[in-house]
Amino acid sequence: MQFHNQTAIYLQIAEYIGEQILAQNWKPDDKVPSIRELAVQLEVNPNTVQRTYDFLQTREVIYTKRGLGYFVTLNGETNYLNWRREQFMTNELPLFFKQVSMLRLDFEQLKAQYEAFLNPTQV
Amino acid sequence: MIQFKNVQFGYNSQKLFVDLSLHVEAGHIYGLLGENGAGKTTLLKMIAGLVFPKSGHCSVLNYEPRHRKPSFMSQLYFVSDEPYLPNATARKYADTYGVFYENFDLALYLNYLHEFQVEPDQKFERMSFGQRKKAVISFALAANTPLILMDEPTNGLDIPSKSIFRKLVAGAMSENRTIIISTHQVRDLDSLIDWVILLHQGKIIYQEDLNVLAEEATAQPNLETLFQEVISNY
Repeated sequence: MQFHNQTAIYLQIAEYIGEQILAQNWKPDDKVPSIRELAVQLEVNPNTVQRTYDFLQTREVIYTKRGLGYFVTLNGETNYLNWRREQFMTNELPLFFKQVSMLRLDFEQLKAQYEAFLNPTQV
Repeated sequence: MIQFKNVQFGYNSQKLFVDLSLHVEAGHIYGLLGENGAGKTTLLKMIAGLVFPKSGHCSVLNYEPRHRKPSFMSQLYFVSDEPYLPNATARKYADTYGVFYENFDLALYLNYLHEFQVEPDQKFERMSFGQRKKAVISFALAANTPLILMDEPTNGLDIPSKSIFRKLVAGAMSENRTIIISTHQVRDLDSLIDWVILLHQGKIIYQEDLNVLAEEATAQPNLETLFQEVISNY
């Protein structure tokens, strides 16, 4: 996995886990890799993965069973999406609006583009 | 784990460390950064008891390193930039030197050599610099010492070996272990290091937890930028 500097690595790892949940690779009550397994796979410090897991626990995306490891919560997918949406609204959307405004783009035109993006075959 | 207070050191009349203080805790991978000639290798050697402070206090694993007690030396492993190795095979090396480390794990050592594609029955003198270095790194990790010091460990390693190095170190870490890595190749190691230590003008001028910095800045610090900023603001 290639990391970038725009986001903290522990949050990039959280996004990696979230993508597995969204893709249904990991379903509710499925066990997620141990801290060590994921640290080895992603070539990162286990303390960083620990931070990711602490964070995802507070967002109720994963939970811990004592001695057994970490598991996806029942609402893991929703809770993950809620976090990412919050992030998008606070960090990414203002930048997008800035571009839209600077380039004097028309929202109706963007809407048509967006619909074409969702249904590429109908274009 | 490591506590240095007001350490002074120099080679001949040249002053290198002036009132150097350092505090290292177990369970972390420290990246030791500094300009050429800042004294990174000397600091690692001092931790290992290979050079002695002129004055000040050094405590490592509750020992004074300069006494070089066997019970202290068996608890740390120092991977130097250009390791000295006898004319032996990697397997023979473990037979001879493994006994000095009570938790040395031969099976793990052979497994690490295999991961690195180092042939255990080849003699060191017939290996390339990179292969020798990988053998020593394998030994260091398999020795299971609470403290590992590594001087430019990724120097001489090819691209796949750097990736394997990160995997092996990530897998070998535990809350009881401490690894200090001096490096100029910060990009090789920036996902592996969780604490950064900056040695400059004879002192530790900066020491921070990268995960904490990342949380505060809401971005992952770029170590090269961080290094430049800290030094230019000092």
